Amino acid sequence: MSMSTLPTTRTTPVVLPGTRAALWLFGTVALCLAAYYFIGVDQGATSVFGNSMYIHEFVHDARHFLGFPCH
Amino acid sequence: MERRFIVRGLLVGAIGGLLAFVFARIFAEPQIQRAIDYESGRDAAQAVLDKAAGLTAETAGPDLFSRTIQANVGIGVGMIAFGAAMGGLYAVAYALACGRTGKLRPRNLALLVALGGFLGFYLIPFIKYPANPPAIGHEETIRDRSGLYLVMVVSSIAFLVLAVWLGQRLKPRFGNWNATLLAALACAVAIGIVMALLPSLGHLHANVEQFGRHPTETPLPLKDPQGRIVYPGFPADVLFNFRFYSVAAQAILWAAIGLCFAPLAERLFAETAQAPGTAPEPVTA
Ligand SMILES: [Zn+2]
Repeated sequence: MSMSTLPTTRTTPVVLPGTRAALWLFGTVALCLAAYYFIGVDQGATSVFGNSMYIHEFVHDARHFLGFPCH
Repeated sequence: MERRFIVRGLLVGAIGGLLAFVFARIFAEPQIQRAIDYESGRDAAQAVLDKAAGLTAETAGPDLFSRTIQANVGIGVGMIAFGAAMGGLYAVAYALACGRTGKLRPRNLALLVALGGFLGFYLIPFIKYPANPPAIGHEETIRDRSGLYLVMVVSSIAFLVLAVWLGQRLKPRFGNWNATLLAALACAVAIGIVMALLPSLGHLHANVEQFGRHPTETPLPLKDPQGRIVYPGFPADVLFNFRFYSVAAQAILWAAIGLCFAPLAERLFAETAQAPGTAPEPVTA
């Protein structure tokens, strides 16, 4: 596998040598996991914004349908 | 490079979420409404029983959002945001998998990573703790149920990643095909053990105390003190339809992510191959 072969027959090279893009990767993972948490878990088992139920109630149907445990 | 992956991942995730939302709006919402109607009817029957027993029923608080908002805007925002979040994580997983998972074309890898996301984030946890419509699940066990579900999600993803690693390790000795089968088998056994060890939801302490040992929290028929059924158990067809549509929606979401990302990835690699200055180091793995 080398850069000279045709792109369509090429296999995937290592894109990220690990540390180079660490910040972008960690940022993305953190952001996406936060979204996952707020849609699926918050204001059920635990609650970040005190005792309110606004997020839970708003995305309530999605929470059930996406497979998260709910009330 | 990683930024371009991530932007594309978020985008295809949002598209997948949008498709899953349209599906949910058409197929899931009627089932959700049936479940809520069942719950209201059951609560009313319970209130009559409580009154006869001399208990005063607690009144439920006012709804924060109307059903119309929840069933149209709320589920839309939830599904699209969930899709985008999955797309972002997908892009990170894809970028990390490049060059570390054997000889695969960019677009085949795109489909395999999407399959992994579908299995790890949804389908494997679903086998142990399936999705439930409203009216199923007790207030007292929400903490336990959420914890158990997340343990299932985390261990599914961890074992899938380990299986990929194991497959790569076994490949020189057993060849591609056999190494893949062995790694898949090891993964299935490990996840099976976790499933066997984790309790069923009906076996949680609060449930056993109140209802006896049942596999799930699905409402049983409501009986009066004489043991006559005054309200039926949760309708089986609604439960089946809801779960079936839930699986279908996630399949749509992950298929959209994989199928939309595949040509984008193929093009990204073609572009970087044409511009050698920005090309990543080729590796012989
Ligand atoms: Zn709910």
